[in-house]
Amino acid sequence: MKGELSKTPLKSVLLYARPYMHFLVLGLLFAVVSVTLTLYAPILTGQGIDLLIGKGDADLDGLVPILVRLGIIAGVTALSQWLMSLCTNKVTYLTIRDIRNDAFRHLHTLPLRYIDSHPHGDILSRVITDMEQISDGLIMGFAQLFTGVVTIVGTLGFMLSVNVKITLVVVVITPLSLFVARFISKNTFRLFKDQSVTRGELTSFVEEMTGNQKVVTAFCHEKDSYERFSEINSRLGKISAKAVFFSSLTNPSTRFVNGLVYTFVGIFGALSVVSGSGLTVGQLSCFLTYANQYTKPFNEISGVITELQSALASAKRVFELIDEKSESSDSDLDELVSCEGNVEINDVSFSYDPAIPLIEGLDLDIKKGQRVAIVGPTGCGKTTFINLLMRFYDVTGGTISIDGKDIRTVKRRDVRKQYGMVLQETWLKSGTIAENIAYSRHDATREEIVAAAKSAHADSFIRRLPEGYDTVISDDGANLSQGQKQLLCIARVMLMIPPMLILDEATSSIDTMTEIRIQRAFAKLIRGRTSFIVAHRLSTIISSDMILVMSKGKIVEQGTHEQLLENRGFYYDLYMSQFYNEEDE
Amino acid sequence: MFRLARFLKHYKVQSITGPLFKLTEAVFELLVPVVMAKMIDIGVANSDKSYIWKSGIILIVLGVLGLTCSLTAQFFAARASAGFGTELRNALFSHINSLSFSEIDKIGTPSLVTRMTNDCNQVQTGVNMILRLFLRSPFIVLGSLIMGLTISVKLTLIFLIASPVLAFIIYAIIRKTILLYRTTQKKLDRASTLTRENLSGARAVRAFSREQDEISAFEKNSDDLYVNQLIAGKISALMNPFTYAVVNLSIIAIIWYGGKSVYSGSITQGEVIALVNYMNQILLALVALANLIVIITKAQASAVRVNEVFDLTPSITGGTDTHKGDSGIAVEFDNVTFHYYESGDNALENISFKVTKGETIGIIGATGSGKSTLVNLIPRYYDAVSGTVRVGGKNVKNYDLETLRSMIGAVPQKAVLFKGTIRDNMKWRDRNAGDSDIMKALEISQALEVVNSRHGGLDANILQGGKNLSGGQRQRLTIARALVGEPEILILDDSSSALDLATDARLRRAIKKSTKNCTVFIVSQRISSVRACDRIAVLDDGRLAGFGTHDELAKSCEVYREICHSQDIDISQGVSR
Repeated sequence: MKGELSKTPLKSVLLYARPYMHFLVLGLLFAVVSVTLTLYAPILTGQGIDLLIGKGDADLDGLVPILVRLGIIAGVTALSQWLMSLCTNKVTYLTIRDIRNDAFRHLHTLPLRYIDSHPHGDILSRVITDMEQISDGLIMGFAQLFTGVVTIVGTLGFMLSVNVKITLVVVVITPLSLFVARFISKNTFRLFKDQSVTRGELTSFVEEMTGNQKVVTAFCHEKDSYERFSEINSRLGKISAKAVFFSSLTNPSTRFVNGLVYTFVGIFGALSVVSGSGLTVGQLSCFLTYANQYTKPFNEISGVITELQSALASAKRVFELIDEKSESSDSDLDELVSCEGNVEINDVSFSYDPAIPLIEGLDLDIKKGQRVAIVGPTGCGKTTFINLLMRFYDVTGGTISIDGKDIRTVKRRDVRKQYGMVLQETWLKSGTIAENIAYSRHDATREEIVAAAKSAHADSFIRRLPEGYDTVISDDGANLSQGQKQLLCIARVMLMIPPMLILDEATSSIDTMTEIRIQRAFAKLIRGRTSFIVAHRLSTIISSDMILVMSKGKIVEQGTHEQLLENRGFYYDLYMSQFYNEEDE
Repeated sequence: MFRLARFLKHYKVQSITGPLFKLTEAVFELLVPVVMAKMIDIGVANSDKSYIWKSGIILIVLGVLGLTCSLTAQFFAARASAGFGTELRNALFSHINSLSFSEIDKIGTPSLVTRMTNDCNQVQTGVNMILRLFLRSPFIVLGSLIMGLTISVKLTLIFLIASPVLAFIIYAIIRKTILLYRTTQKKLDRASTLTRENLSGARAVRAFSREQDEISAFEKNSDDLYVNQLIAGKISALMNPFTYAVVNLSIIAIIWYGGKSVYSGSITQGEVIALVNYMNQILLALVALANLIVIITKAQASAVRVNEVFDLTPSITGGTDTHKGDSGIAVEFDNVTFHYYESGDNALENISFKVTKGETIGIIGATGSGKSTLVNLIPRYYDAVSGTVRVGGKNVKNYDLETLRSMIGAVPQKAVLFKGTIRDNMKWRDRNAGDSDIMKALEISQALEVVNSRHGGLDANILQGGKNLSGGQRQRLTIARALVGEPEILILDDSSSALDLATDARLRRAIKKSTKNCTVFIVSQRISSVRACDRIAVLDDGRLAGFGTHDELAKSCEVYREICHSQDIDISQGVSR
């Protein structure tokens, strides 16, 4: 079933709805019952009215059974209307839940390449917004469409059973309603689209200007920005007046068409009663009620169809995500329980885009406990190297092995378990501080968590937070400083004690005390472990066993500090400009 | 919401005539059942065909008149509400423009943006619905009651009982549903958060092999969401059945008591039909009214948020002096104390120093020590609580704001660029700057290669927020923007954090070389960024802990020595070439 879902979105949604089909069938059944009874009620009302001819001529005894029946029908109709909603709700929400869960689950099997190369906002809107659209449009829409059609067919049937001639009057005038509804919805759609484009323009302008109000103020740019704003705003005003007007035409116009149908039914009905063709006044009143209801489903259906179309588009987008190819399965690969920490990189080549080779013929032999510094200007491609080590991406040539085992021959999770990773772009999840530290080992006790925080020098600041270890981190840690976040990430790694480390030294924006703490924590972590450090500090670089110099995504030099200085290459220049030539005038 | 009614003042005619036309339409609509009743009672009962035709034509005329009135009303309402929205947004935008930093801090820019966009739209929709429906629905209910009374006082009692019951049912269900959907929305937001988190943390999740736990957490939330949706759905699905049942019970009552009245001769058959019709109309009007109340409640909440913005008055207004001060002392702080909130701790305390024209001043200190606060007082983004800040020998409060700020080139911490060409962005400080001025600024800020590497050079497009540039490129361009037009004072507020050390060093050398008369303030966390400055101000918890050259401070200032130590800067020899 995987891989083809997006080609037939409707079928795929139904596939997901299959386990809940019985609710859908039940729902449709209740729909038929409630529509039929709703249509039957006016006939009873009519029969009742027919018994009331005039003064002294009203069969009140005959009225009783009719009214009792009407009461029962009203009750049953109400109940089946409610049950119908419950059934369709159940199918809808269950189906959506399953599709959404599948989409989310799939995110975790997708290669990182997909996640890196697609805007997160787009993926997010597929998992959340598009899903809502399917629920509103596709399944609810289906139920409405069904009810609408049943109502139309039912009304026609009932009307025909009462009187053919007047039914024809209704059928002839109805297309007018369809025509009007189509005209309005077409224009409304166009105008609304224009409106939302202009509104989008205004919103993005406001986001830009008001979102950066301080810059606007600092540069005294208020007048310019107001002029541009009010230009867009007046355009929006004009379009919006039109769009609102057109959209508000629907109700009066349908009321008018309804009124016409009503009037003609009245005229021709009254004439037939008079001409004695067998139509009674009660039947006429029943027809009048039908005439009032008849055009409604037509308008609803035209609305539902637009909804359906956009829901199908949404379903397609969701299934495109689910169809996306997963990483190759590694369930039958070997396990790697622990390792010594010897990493061997043999003739490795890699590139994101085949046309632009990045790493070629890289050889490295790192023994247990050695320290590798990765050095280079910002954006030099240090993440590429980490991506390969942790097998977030696969090498395009050569091998990377841990303790002599090619990392592609063992389970991915086992490779990743060997590393503790602390990056400068910290990631914390919404939840408490304790939960975040325990992210590396979810069975950790509170004592272990506190111990890890203590050895990461994070304990003291955590204790000062309002709820201590139970403080909830909001919005990716908006209530913590950058340095504090990094300390938490270190504590997280402290808790799992991995054989190897990947660390990222801070460049700036961390205050002095925290900086000192982070360094101490790093030093403690590194002891006795193989470590890869993206280094900015001279002391770290010089004391490393191996320095990888990266530039523009490539590894340009490798060696020890002394070797590299002797080479007088890129590293030499970097070293001189960064650490020595500070104040040359 | 009534406070915002002032934005309708240019649309007085539309706002009054719109609802009036709507009422007229309602009157026509209310007449229809009466005419129909007559058609049956007189036309059918007397077999009077011409009367039937006549009534039919009256009905059509009523329909056409109703449509015309209604269209006119909708037209006026659309015009008035769109006009209202436009004027409201203009006024709000220009009000936000007049605010100073402390008011912006109070609400926060993201919230200002929502108020500008979402809330304004919400209020506009509310106004439109009020103009269109607020009079109509109650009027139809009332009208139906009155028409009922003209037919039969006794039978109208049924209306009087049914209408409040219906109104109560509709209102109660809608209220409850809104509350329930709010919980549902929270669960949906949670799903959103989890998804976003798992996308941005894809590496961390995989590195710690927590995929399964994340999936379980998401599925648990999905289940909660499902249960909530089901409950909310259950309640909201009660509306139609309940109202249907009540209306039908009322119809049963009308026919039964109506039947008795017909028998006794007090009303006619046609009038019973008319009463049934009025009952149906009351239901429709009440449903419309309930929906209207929901929209108005939302609009009301938005109106409150919009009014909160209007209630802020700018705390800083400019003086009248439009002459730039000319003094050997470029900037002077005279015993300045500052705090952000009335109750808050002092962010700056008794700061005094003088800076000579052309000097380069470094400002260093831990996060939260008051570095940015200090430089923010120079262009008067905030006002000192006590003490005086002087620029060019004059109190900043005396300056016309535009004059003061045009003397200063500011580079904020967050490197913000705007949609448009590079040239557009470079002209923010000096609108009349020529290409040669811009190129010069770009050269100093080490940003020439950014421009040269792009198609179109200065005409190259920058996307909103500068998304098509790297952090370092953005920073260099914001520095260039501040340099265009040769400001007298340049403020770099931690603006080289995204630059590597080599570029940062080149930048500082270029600034020093090419802006001889310009007084420069460099705020930084890095000793390497400030050690070459003429003098360095060391801030510690809002106090000036030291002010002097690198060598002086390295000897005498304990706070400074600590910072050096933490950054591997060797001060033991006191050497800095």
